[in-house]
Amino acid sequence: MEPTQNTKDRITWHLACNVNDIPEDGGGTALIEGKQIAIFNFTRRGEWYATDNECPHRQQMAIGRGMIGSQGEEPKVACPFHKKTFSLKSGDCLNDEGYKINTFPIIIKENQVYIGL
Amino acid sequence: MKTNANTHIVVIGNGMVGYKFCEKLLARKKNDQEFMLTVFGEEPRVAYDRVHLSEYFAGKTADDLTMAGQEWYIENGIRLFLSDPVVDIDREEKLVRSHHGHVVHYDYLVMATGSGAFVPSIPGVEKDGVFVYRTIEDLELIQAYARKAKKGAVLGGGLLGLEAAKALLDLGLEEAHVVEFASRLMPRQIDDAGSKILQSQLESLGLNIHLAKSTQEIVGNDCIKGMQFVDNSFLDVDMLVISAGIRPRDELAKIAGLETHPRGGIVVDNGLKTSDPYIFAIGECALAHHMIYGLIAPGYEMADVVANALTGVEKEFLPYDMSTKLKLIGTDVASFGDPFIEEPACKTIRYENKAKGIYKRINVSPDGKELLGGILVGDAEQYNMLLQTCKNKTILPPDSEDLILGSRGGEEAGLGVMSLPDDALICSCEAITKGMLCQEVGEKGNNSIDLLKKSCKAGTGCGGCVPLVKDIIQGVMKQNGQYIKTVICEHFDHSRQELLDLVKMNILKTYGEVLNEYGHGDGCEVCKPVVASLLASLWNENVLTKDRAPIQDSNDRYLANIQKGGTYSVVPRIPGGEITPDKLIVIGQVAKKYGLYTKITGGQRIDLFGAHLNDLPIIWEELIDAGFESGHAYGKALRTVKSCVGSTWCRFGVQDSVSFAIEIEDRYKGIRAPHKFKSAVSGCVRECAEAQSKDFGIIATEKGWNLYVCGNGGSKPQHAQLLASDVDKETCVKLIDRFLMFYIKTADPLTRTATWLNKMEGGLSYLKAVIVDDLLGLASAFEEEMQTLINNYKCEWKEVVDSPELRKRYNHFVNVPEKDPTITFEEMRTQKRAKEWV
Repeated sequence: MEPTQNTKDRITWHLACNVNDIPEDGGGTALIEGKQIAIFNFTRRGEWYATDNECPHRQQMAIGRGMIGSQGEEPKVACPFHKKTFSLKSGDCLNDEGYKINTFPIIIKENQVYIGL
Repeated sequence: MKTNANTHIVVIGNGMVGYKFCEKLLARKKNDQEFMLTVFGEEPRVAYDRVHLSEYFAGKTADDLTMAGQEWYIENGIRLFLSDPVVDIDREEKLVRSHHGHVVHYDYLVMATGSGAFVPSIPGVEKDGVFVYRTIEDLELIQAYARKAKKGAVLGGGLLGLEAAKALLDLGLEEAHVVEFASRLMPRQIDDAGSKILQSQLESLGLNIHLAKSTQEIVGNDCIKGMQFVDNSFLDVDMLVISAGIRPRDELAKIAGLETHPRGGIVVDNGLKTSDPYIFAIGECALAHHMIYGLIAPGYEMADVVANALTGVEKEFLPYDMSTKLKLIGTDVASFGDPFIEEPACKTIRYENKAKGIYKRINVSPDGKELLGGILVGDAEQYNMLLQTCKNKTILPPDSEDLILGSRGGEEAGLGVMSLPDDALICSCEAITKGMLCQEVGEKGNNSIDLLKKSCKAGTGCGGCVPLVKDIIQGVMKQNGQYIKTVICEHFDHSRQELLDLVKMNILKTYGEVLNEYGHGDGCEVCKPVVASLLASLWNENVLTKDRAPIQDSNDRYLANIQKGGTYSVVPRIPGGEITPDKLIVIGQVAKKYGLYTKITGGQRIDLFGAHLNDLPIIWEELIDAGFESGHAYGKALRTVKSCVGSTWCRFGVQDSVSFAIEIEDRYKGIRAPHKFKSAVSGCVRECAEAQSKDFGIIATEKGWNLYVCGNGGSKPQHAQLLASDVDKETCVKLIDRFLMFYIKTADPLTRTATWLNKMEGGLSYLKAVIVDDLLGLASAFEEEMQTLINNYKCEWKEVVDSPELRKRYNHFVNVPEKDPTITFEEMRTQKRAKEWV
């Protein structure tokens, strides 16, 4: 995929950061178009994920500081405030059905991280 | 009863029972059944947990108490009208009309109107400053009025009254009184002797109890000024909360011509039908078996009976057990079965310990074979077992006093949970029996509390059965020959202690290595901090280097405590609480420069709140330049060694407690353990440093030092116990080295020393044998290991400040230098506070 306007999906790809800006098996937060996006470098699985940075439980900007891991096969992130955990794939909350976060497409090209909004 | 797509069920009342009815009805709905559900509620809020109402004053928000948010009703297709009570029922046309004029047709009507506070007709009850205690709105009014009040009273010493009294204490009134008409507290639950113990417990917490008081008049002009009693005594108060019982809300039923009882309550039959076969009544508005059931569990059972009836299953509401257990202002109170039955109809066994504030009474059948009922005050640990023994008519052991006293012959007393019959009701809120739980655990493999909560809802109501459910899980697994150990999580089939040994023997230093060698999957928020903690406990290397930063828990991750709103707090180490004026000035300057809220902590330190993530390194750079070190307030590590001023200034002091405290704090600072640990040193037996509430505490004697261990403050206070007396400093330090290493190596994750000791087989005598008498021959190894950790200590904040690589991680955004723009503060008493979360 090209990091440009993709008319079919109506996704615009935004350069977020360099791959080295996100710690291995950890996360970080980028400001993109005024929106806070949490980015995860799941080195162990060779996967990258992007989600909302805001945890819907108490509206705290903290998901990017959360711990990642797995529940069964599902990759997940735990909010540092009250440990609500969210699937990195679907954004569904895994331990409290009432909550959900948005997930975003993410690609790596030439050591740069791009997020599709 | 059959329902179809056009069947319309209307529920009047959106309290706990009304909500539970909707939940149960939806859960029972089969594919071929359909209906429309409409709910009218009088209060402006959706149903909330009224049982835990007093926690509102202890910091819970209205949101925390909500049973299910508005979206739950929408998702389930329930029409919900709030602030809109039904004012009329037309039984001919089967219509209800609400206050706002909504007219809705019903096929079946469920009245769950609950109850209101009973207000006795005492002259003056209408005065300002007189409240009832029933809804969140009542609580808000009480809270607002309490700001200008100094002395408050509660009328009613029953269960609700004492809850209200707790609220007055939580609100910080200077004086709080309880006025009860009967000659004892909680007259429906406990006897005179139990009441006396409860009274002394409550009085020691600052409540004033007045028994056998009949109120003649509430005195004052517009506002209450005091209470005049029939016996001519007078109580000077400026606010009063009436909590003298409940009155069923049956006024609508009366208007509709349904049969009600002269003393209140909508009369229902065993199927909970009112005198109109299309109208049911459930919860505290219903009079079943000639009584009002003012507890949550029978209310939920009623909801279940009607949900069954409307989905075509006949079920009767049987007379319900009214046993209760609750914690009143920190004191356990429980009564079960028939608590008041007297000899000769039974044999009564009583145990009373005034020093500890414990009273226990059991009533045993005259032949000694059955438990008929009983009362527990101060210690209700055996409640669940006793209740089950009583309900299931289990044959008692020959020495039935062992049930409350514990066996004194070495063997564990009483009857194990596995001896209960299969139909024993374990979770009364959700009507789940032991047999059902055994099946869930044994056949379906739901062998944890979380799994059971999901699969059958056990323990989701009042939560009182959770310890018993845990015992059943363990019992079933044991019966099935499964080896029970506390594994860390799904990624590691080891206990913390096993993993620590493995990591140590194989000299592993990163999470990746540990997971590859001994785990599977990708880790999680449970095992990552556990492994982080053991790596730190074993090697004491900087927690943020190698792959270790992303495995640290929220606070360790940034070496600061994350607070509401996403800012951090900073606590520099102030060993022993001793600080120079120059250092105090630096703290003030730093706080001013970076706009931080400052507060003295409970551990004689200063906490600086409201620091942006981006500012943490520069704040620490300035603090370190002035000679400060990390205080590890964020870590599962030594917090503070509190001290009193001791013999250098105090005219009573016998030893220099401050110097010893500083020495101890410098020795153990930065050492990671399964949980945080605290210490204190007192300079004499007056114990001003409160050493006996610490994980290890030292008290000076004429001859040396006494060492106490495994104390705790917090929510479950526990006094530390004496490990050694009159030892010199060197011996004392050696014993602490051994004690801490033994704790670090054997405790489960996030277990404080008090809980660790409570779970230890052999208890204090075993601990003493290991630490003092070197039973295991490990003492010198413990001392050496501790010395290695101490030698490896470096201030981790200094390492971060000096490392551009580590500093780089202290940016909220990875792509722009800005701080988090969403962070805002509110002003309070000329400082700032975090914005309240929504």
